[in-house]
Amino acid sequence: MSQIPTDLRYRDSHEWIRPSEAPASVGITDHAQEELTDVVFVELPTVGAQVKAGDQVAVVESVKAASDIYAPVSGEIAEVNEALSTDPSLVNTSSYENGWIFKIKVADPTEVESLMDAAAYEKHLA
Amino acid sequence: MVPFAGWEMPVQFKGIVDEHLAVREKVGLFDISHMGQFLVSGEDAEAFLNRSLTNDVTALSPGEGQYTLLLNEEGGVIDDLILYRTSPKEFFLVVNASKAKEDWQHLVALRPDKEDITMADLSPFTAGMAVQGPQSRAVFARVFGMTAPYPERNSVQMAASVEGFMWSCGTGYTGEEGFEFFPPDEEGPAWYRKLYDAVVAEGGQICGLGARDTLRLEMGYPLNGNDLSPERTPLQAGLGFFVKLDKEAFVGRDALISQKEEGLPDKLTAFRMTGAAPPPRAHYPVLRKGEVVGEVCSGTQSPSLKCGIGMAYLPLALSKPGIDLEIEIRGRTFPAETCKKPIYNKKPSTPASDSPTP
Repeated sequence: MSQIPTDLRYRDSHEWIRPSEAPASVGITDHAQEELTDVVFVELPTVGAQVKAGDQVAVVESVKAASDIYAPVSGEIAEVNEALSTDPSLVNTSSYENGWIFKIKVADPTEVESLMDAAAYEKHLA
Repeated sequence: MVPFAGWEMPVQFKGIVDEHLAVREKVGLFDISHMGQFLVSGEDAEAFLNRSLTNDVTALSPGEGQYTLLLNEEGGVIDDLILYRTSPKEFFLVVNASKAKEDWQHLVALRPDKEDITMADLSPFTAGMAVQGPQSRAVFARVFGMTAPYPERNSVQMAASVEGFMWSCGTGYTGEEGFEFFPPDEEGPAWYRKLYDAVVAEGGQICGLGARDTLRLEMGYPLNGNDLSPERTPLQAGLGFFVKLDKEAFVGRDALISQKEEGLPDKLTAFRMTGAAPPPRAHYPVLRKGEVVGEVCSGTQSPSLKCGIGMAYLPLALSKPGIDLEIEIRGRTFPAETCKKPIYNKKPSTPASDSPTP
């Protein structure tokens, strides 16, 4: 069973966002990293870029396939996780902590509210 | 699971890298029941196959096998396959799943009516499993007994079973020691369980299509459909060793001879990424000093080398090791360089062993 922390919000394409932070971290879920396995490269977004919810902003490459990562909410990319450039496997080993991909300045907090909570995401996976 | 040539195939079980390394270090079990098998027998079978395939069938003694190719008249590749001589007048062919039907039709069309040649398509009635890795011999002994003769490299053994015949072949697609085993379909699950238990007992694991692809690409082995096509000859694919132009006439020979005289337009060339980069994948453009010179046929991240690797048809001038290239990935270019095949050498030569002794 994959981990689904209760303090996060989830997009149906398996990104998570941590609303308690400003800017808020975004990454991929434990379920997503399990499916991909063996992440070997992460193409990070550009800091300062203005993105809309649902925009393709990053790419996670595993040996198996390249997977697009979408912005769960609209806003400005505030920071990217440079540690992934040297160790992309952090996405596998620490998908909710050290494996975060970027931080976003949330433009509209109601967009966060509209994302799934842990219970809804668990149902989504079932 | 993914659809593959009409079959539902697992891409991975535990993960491609895990499965890949299990084969390199211990042993792995692949279900290869999707592959096609033909039996060709009769007084004229040898001559017929020698006219239809590129390698020299007459070089095979009973119990031996060879890698060979089926070409069209233009010298393009229809399929690559393994041909085993199981007795003086009987041959066992293992072909790609995606081409089995086409291969069959092609061979049937080439078969003269008046000759003594019997052909049987065993594909629907035959399961297949590949055991690959340094512990393959130990797995074989566990399943077939200590006294059973192990199928050495490129050899074949046939045995009767309850439902029909089974073949053990000293071949594989990984560059490792190993064997392929083809029992009757009905007995497939039972044999798989036996092999599975033996593989697990030897510290190995079951492997999917994903690891099969990374393992073969590290060795520079071509995959039909990616690296081989009816538009290119085996000479361009670097498979000249398996083409015997000096034997009697065979389908595609004339085209190959004239291509050899004119010079090859391009050649399948291995490369590796030289810095941090996304894995190269099929159809990505390959550039030389900013100019497109080809496209990636096969590409992946090498689990053994921990860098991107691939193969591409490149102009002859670039088809040698050490040429700087760039691979275009989603609009950005990443540095790569051409390299020798196999791309991964299990026992890399140390500088000490290469230097001349004083």
